[in-house]
Amino acid sequence: MLQDKDRIFTNLYADGDWGLEGARKRGDWDGTKEILLKGRDWIIKEIQDSGLRGRGGAGFPTGMKWSFMPKKSDGRPHYLVVNADESEPGTCKDREILRHDPHKLVEGCLIAGFAMGANAAYIYVRGEFYNESSNLEIAVQQAYAAGLIGPDACGSGWPFDVYVHRGAGAYICGEETALIESLEGKKGQPRLKPPFPAGMGLYGCPTTVNNVESIAVAPTIIRRGAAWFAGIGRPKNSGTKLFCISGHVNKPCTVEEAMSIPLKELIEKHCGGVRGGWDNLLGIIPGGASVPVLPKAICDTVLMDFDALREVRSGLGTAAVIVMDKSTDIVKAIARLSRFYMHESCGQCTPCREGTGWLFRVMQRMVKGEAEPKEIDMLEEVTRQIEGHTICALGDAAAWPVQGLIRHFRPEMEMRIQNYKASRALPRAAAE
Amino acid sequence: MSGGTSHAEQPATFVFSPENLAWAQKVIAKYPPGRQASAVLPLLDRAQRQHRNWLPRAAMDYVAGLLDMAPIRVYEVATFYSMFNLAPVGEWFLQVCTTTPCWLRGSDEVMKACERKLHVKATGDASFLHSSDGKFTVREVECLGACVNAPVIQVNDDFYEDLDGASTEKLIDALAAGTPPPKGPMNGRQVSMPTGGRTSLFPVPASGAE
Repeated sequence: MLQDKDRIFTNLYADGDWGLEGARKRGDWDGTKEILLKGRDWIIKEIQDSGLRGRGGAGFPTGMKWSFMPKKSDGRPHYLVVNADESEPGTCKDREILRHDPHKLVEGCLIAGFAMGANAAYIYVRGEFYNESSNLEIAVQQAYAAGLIGPDACGSGWPFDVYVHRGAGAYICGEETALIESLEGKKGQPRLKPPFPAGMGLYGCPTTVNNVESIAVAPTIIRRGAAWFAGIGRPKNSGTKLFCISGHVNKPCTVEEAMSIPLKELIEKHCGGVRGGWDNLLGIIPGGASVPVLPKAICDTVLMDFDALREVRSGLGTAAVIVMDKSTDIVKAIARLSRFYMHESCGQCTPCREGTGWLFRVMQRMVKGEAEPKEIDMLEEVTRQIEGHTICALGDAAAWPVQGLIRHFRPEMEMRIQNYKASRALPRAAAE
Repeated sequence: MSGGTSHAEQPATFVFSPENLAWAQKVIAKYPPGRQASAVLPLLDRAQRQHRNWLPRAAMDYVAGLLDMAPIRVYEVATFYSMFNLAPVGEWFLQVCTTTPCWLRGSDEVMKACERKLHVKATGDASFLHSSDGKFTVREVECLGACVNAPVIQVNDDFYEDLDGASTEKLIDALAAGTPPPKGPMNGRQVSMPTGGRTSLFPVPASGAE
């Protein structure tokens, strides 16, 4: 189990002042100028050596992403864009950073922005997080007033601006190119890649989009050293991570733990166990709504990291753990996610626009068992027609929960169909 | 995406108050010259706030003018994002999250409490449900991003968390009386810490500011 001395987000539970004074007490903004003076390449090397992988879901190595930015500007400005459009069902970790530790994010913006040659960062906060973005805005103003950002950030000679931008309600804007579109004042509809944002992003300029948590951990990693961070968790899955555990546990919570912690240990140690005991567990969605559900047998032993969860055909995603006990109507739980994706599809690509609605309608019938057994295969087939056939990953995200359901809970679906048929057959039999 | 349809009774004109206009100029300055369209979301949001929490067509046209955008581009935006209300809503706008993490923790009970107290009927979609006195509007929304504090209702700008049927009824009573309780968990819990006490971040520091 991770020790408190190795926790980065020490104000996770709002024990202290989230403003600048409290942040300084917790060690933020300490020696930031000296960090910048070590230079862009050194910072990127440290982040690469730390093994930090993106905390927004895809798990792409953060240092490598930063290194894709052009080394020299061709005259166009470079931008850092921070994705604080946290909307993946189950996920509420960035919310805690925004409202309880915003200076970690602002300082991270400066360090990351400097490392990629950017003089400005835009932080795109989901619109519903009104109070969270207000805290962040105050933190930004405090940083300006203290000279930590602005025309001569931390006295380093590097000009750096941070702007907070609130969205207005659209899950799709968590997709990086949709976020850029939205930031430019348009509908949040993803762009085709290439060109990638590192070459042509916000306003057609080189841009890197990072998750809040990826940016907010960067200053601590650099202060404590890449080796410290790399020493936590398994190789290639290193570091600490904010986990949000929701659903049927005795005590849902957000907690910072070591990567690669066993899923069972995470739930037993921090959440008071599964409601009714571990044996009452039905299944767990381990990484936010988009990743496939895992049955209890896998949850017994699986580790919470990118590679371990990929090996069991699921994913770490945003490390949002959704726990379901045996009282759960698992088909309905997944059908509700299908409704979510139908609602959030941006409508640009036909397989997603039409497919998500089709999935939801069929899933509604599956909840009641009002279907033919062969329709389970048809449902699976349609998810394959959506997956990989759209501009962005929302189509994939809509497909995977249904695929996970069919993979692990097919007997339950078949039983419902049988029961439904039986219930319909009875009155007729009685009439005869 | 937005489920709202535009309201039949539209005001003829809309202009920002002097304070909001000054605010808007500051917001526009956050973006590079020529990129003022970037300010469309914050300006529409501010217009909605000025106009009793709904966005009339005249406000969209006004924002289009301020930002030198074609009006159709602003309509596209206003109808794409779910937070723009294209028709009037009540003084208390209750957005009830019913996505799976909230549903697992009892969002059905929360919706039922809204139905009982406000005499509305849930439709299982994102429809706007209005109380007969017009003071309340209820809407089922997708994940609000406070899942470890589920179930959650967003009331205007504030999240009320860790609800059940009974606490939802109490919340609605308090809103009706014009005395909204402090936002956050409704069961006395400290933010997203496990109920009953911490499992990390010992010892407890003395101060307790949020």
